[in-house]
Formats: sequence, C-alpha cells, structure tokens
Amino acid sequence: MASAAETTLFRSRRRRRFWGHTLRAAIPYSLILPVLVVIGVILGYPLYWLVRLSTERYGLFELIRHAGVSVGFDNFSSVLRDPVFWHTLLRTVVFTAVNVSLTMGVGMLLALLLVRVSTAVRVLLSSGLVLVWSMPVVVAVQVWLWMTNFQNGVANYVLTQLHLGDFIRHDWYATTFSQLSLVTLLIVWGALPFVVITLYAGLAQVPRDLVEAAEVDGARPWRVFLDITLPILRPILLILTSLSIIWDFGVFTQPYLLIGQSKITTGNYLMSVYLFEEGYFKSDFGRGAAISILMLLIVAVLSVVYVRKMVRIGEAQ
Amino acid sequence: MTPRRRGRRARQAGWNAVGLAVFAVMAFPVFWMISTSFKSNDQIISLNPTWFPLHPTLQHFRDAIHRPFFWDDVKNSLIVVSVTVAISIVLAFLAAVALSRYRFAGRKLCIVRVSGIQMLPQAGLIIPLYVVLARYHQVNALTGVIVTYMTFVLPFSVWTLRGFLIGIPKELEEAAMVDGSTRLGVFLKILLPLMGPGLVATSVFAFITTWNEYIFARVLLNDQAKQTVTVWLSGFVGGSRHTDWGALMAASTLTAIPVVIFFLLVQRRIAFGLTMGAVRG
Repeated sequence: MASAAETTLFRSRRRRRFWGHTLRAAIPYSLILPVLVVIGVILGYPLYWLVRLSTERYGLFELIRHAGVSVGFDNFSSVLRDPVFWHTLLRTVVFTAVNVSLTMGVGMLLALLLVRVSTAVRVLLSSGLVLVWSMPVVVAVQVWLWMTNFQNGVANYVLTQLHLGDFIRHDWYATTFSQLSLVTLLIVWGALPFVVITLYAGLAQVPRDLVEAAEVDGARPWRVFLDITLPILRPILLILTSLSIIWDFGVFTQPYLLIGQSKITTGNYLMSVYLFEEGYFKSDFGRGAAISILMLLIVAVLSVVYVRKMVRIGEAQ
Repeated sequence: MTPRRRGRRARQAGWNAVGLAVFAVMAFPVFWMISTSFKSNDQIISLNPTWFPLHPTLQHFRDAIHRPFFWDDVKNSLIVVSVTVAISIVLAFLAAVALSRYRFAGRKLCIVRVSGIQMLPQAGLIIPLYVVLARYHQVNALTGVIVTYMTFVLPFSVWTLRGFLIGIPKELEEAAMVDGSTRLGVFLKILLPLMGPGLVATSVFAFITTWNEYIFARVLLNDQAKQTVTVWLSGFVGGSRHTDWGALMAASTLTAIPVVIFFLLVQRRIAFGLTMGAVRG
C-alpha cells in the first residue's frame, strides 16, 4: 500500500517535472515567436518576391496583370553590362570612402577636443551636438537648400565676406562635384554627433593612471594616443566605422532631395538613387530587383565584420 | 603665478575657443532655420542677411499650417507612428526577454538575424515591398506603411531593449524566485518596473525614426492627402524658382519640434543603450 502510494506520488511528481521542463524550455521560444513570425512575413515574403522579380520582366503592365514574364538572368546581365551601373558603383565607393573618413577623422578630433575643454564649454558643445543629432534628415535638407541657394543663401554671403572669393550668385548645384560635396557636408554634419558622443563615452574608459604613468615616463601626447587610447577605443572605432560604411553606401534621402529630382542625372547617381530611378521611377521592377540584389550582396559583404563583432559581444554576455 | 601654470591656462583658453567655434559651426544650421522662420519677407530676400529678427513675425507659421494637406499629413504621421511603435514595442520586449534571460538552441541565429536585418539598406527593399503591397492593394494606404516600418523598428527595438535588460542584474530576479515568486510574478513585479525607463527610451527613439522616415513613405504614398509630414515637407520646394523660404523654414521648425523635444528627453538613456554592447566588447 505504502509503496504503491509512493510510486504514484513519485510518478506524478516526475510527470509534473517533465511537463515543467518542457514548459520552461518552451518559454523563450514562445516569447520570441511573434517577432520571428512578423519579421518572417513582412520581410521574408518581400525578399522571396525580390528574388522572383529579378528573374522576370515586370513593369506597370505586369503589375496590373499580377504576373511577370520569366526572362532568366536577363535583368542581371542587362545591369552588369550597363556602364552606368559600374560608374555609379565606383562613384558610390569613392563617395563612401570620403564620407566615412571625414566622419571618423573629424569625429575622433572632436571627441578629443571634448575632453580638453572646460566643463561649461563641454556642456554647451555636447548639447549642440545632441540638437544636431535630433534634426530630421528631411528638415536638414531643407535648411541646406535655403543656406546654399544661389540668390540669397547665407553661405554665399559669408564666403564672400570672408574674402574667400566672389560667391555672389554662385550656384552650388551646377556641377556634380559641387552637388556631391554639399551632400557630403550634410551627411558628415548629421553623422558627427553620434560618432563624437560614442567616442567620448569610450574615451572615459581610458584609465587615467595609465596615461599619467606614460606622461611621467616622458611619452609625448601623440604616443600616448597611439599606444594607449587607440587600442582601448579599437572595438568602438571598428563598429562605428562599419556602421558608417553601411549607412553611407546605401544613403538615399540626402542626395535625392538635396540635388533634387529635376537635377538627378546618370552623371550624379549614387547607388540608392540609381536603384530608385531605374527600378521605381521608370517602373522597371524586374531590373530594379536585380540592382537591389546586387546592392544587398555588396552591403552583406561589408557588414560581415559588424555582425561578427556583434555576435561575439552577444556571446560574451 | 608660475609660467607653467600660465601656459596651461592659456592652452585651456585656446581649447575652449576652438570648442566654441565648433559649437557655432555645428549649431548654425539649426539657428538659421529658427531665425529665418521669424523674419519678415524683406529680411529674408535681402542680400545682406539679418542674423536676429528683432521684430519677429508669426506669419510664416500661419502660412505653413494653412498650406494644403498639412493637417491631413500630420494626422497620418501620428497614426502611422503610434500604431507602429505600440505593436513593435510589445513584441520586441517579449523577444528581448527571451534573448537576454534564456539560453536556448537557435539563440545565436536569432541575434545574427536581428542585427543583420538592421544592416539591410532600405532602398534595397523599396521594389519588392512596393510590388507586394500593390498586389494586396495596400499602396496609398497607411496600413502598408505601418507594416513596412515594422521591418526596421522591430529589429532595432529588440536590439536596444536587450541592451537595457542586460543592464538589470539577474540576481534580483533570482532572489525573488528563491523567495517563492513565480516567473510571471518576477516579470510583473521586478522586470517591468525596472525596465520602465528603457521601454520609454526605446519607444521614443522608435517614434523619432518613424516620424523622420522618408523613402518608404515617398514610394508607397502618392495621394497628397495620404502622405506623411516628411513627404509633405519635401514637396515644398518643388520645381518653382520662387520658394517661400520663410514658410519652408517655419514648416521645418514645426516638423522638427516634436522630435527635438522627445530626443532631448531620452538621448542620454538611448546613447547608453546603443553603446552598451560596443563598450563591453
């Protein structure tokens, strides 16, 4: 009797423990499931369509008819044989390199400056940076257009007053180089706050006594920076640089709105603008999909470094 | 005063001067936007700029809000933003709890996927999203835009909330569990209150990204009465040679105000959440 009761008790407890284990193991999956399902549907389904579209002739007619015509790899070969694609790719790579170097270089200098200035100036400067950070991109573009407009923009006035040349009625949107330089100024201005504030937070982690010890030993500031500060900042710099590369390579709003739809030509395309014009504006969705895939592949290669770093951080915790 | 200390003081003054100059250059565009929006038209057109409008006028603000579709598009933006943020934060919070509090098979893959999606350039998705939404007649509809925005708000929110959750020591929950609380009790009584600030910060940041979004709204909404504020603002300049700069700057100021206010409130927290991972690596 006693032993039978014991067995039942034991069994039910074991069963309860079994169900308890299963339930507990299911908790994380049920928590994460909604996000995975939503992302799977709203991202997975369009990605499937992206691949499908890239092998079809799909224009406005096909969009209304809800059916494309399969053309194999014609879209890809058409894009890859298009000199505009290669010129755009080269221009975007150079553009990205210039933008990222300026952002990171100036950002590092400003972060170091933030350490040197007195507390009052530091508070003022960092609030200014936060203010810039909070500006919506579309708003910033409008302000840029106003400051650089050729009739009465303040940029022309200030440059003329500083005796840097005669800029009265100077049209900043006349050449591709000038257009893209303005876009670069806008992007770097907008990206600096995030970079400076993150690097400044990183600089706070550099041990004071280590720097002081090096200074006592007679190390010059430049050596202290290279041998102590830089190695400590390395992970942050790596992440910021790869993020900037990915963002600047795919940038759309700033070039598209600042140069303006009417002045966009094949001669000043950046990758995203090229994709928008060729795929969406001309309603050639099949070819646009092929361009998208090529662009996604390039960005995927660029972001491998970033994602690997993020995963390592995720595992460390 | 020893010469050495005087030298140090001079150097400090020099750095401060550089700092002030940088501040002036960085903040100038924002100052110029606000200043222009209060100037009279004569002052705006003049070749010699007026730096401070001594007789501020509200005329440009009146012009801006009376332009066609302003209120329609503000309403659209508010609907899109609030629905997107509400749905995303709830779903993202659950996922963030799973990723930060449990070890399970496939966790690494989820982290890779979440941080990988954030890397997708948005322009690369406009074509398939447009075609898919057109097939389901969701072009020119706010629901289509809401669904689209979730593609980037969700991963971002999961990632940031996870950063905040990692900052809350597990020991607190373990102690409560030892005292006999259930997992649900721990969740409601300990995790949720502690996560309050993180949830607010992430929601606000999601609000800002959605409010500022341009390319998807531009592609998916063609009807002027159905557009969002950013698209409305971008259509201001148009092809005409005579842009109403005063009204444009007033409209820009109005568009930026909600974002700036919210941003200043949570910036410190979100910068912390974003850099947590980076600093710890």
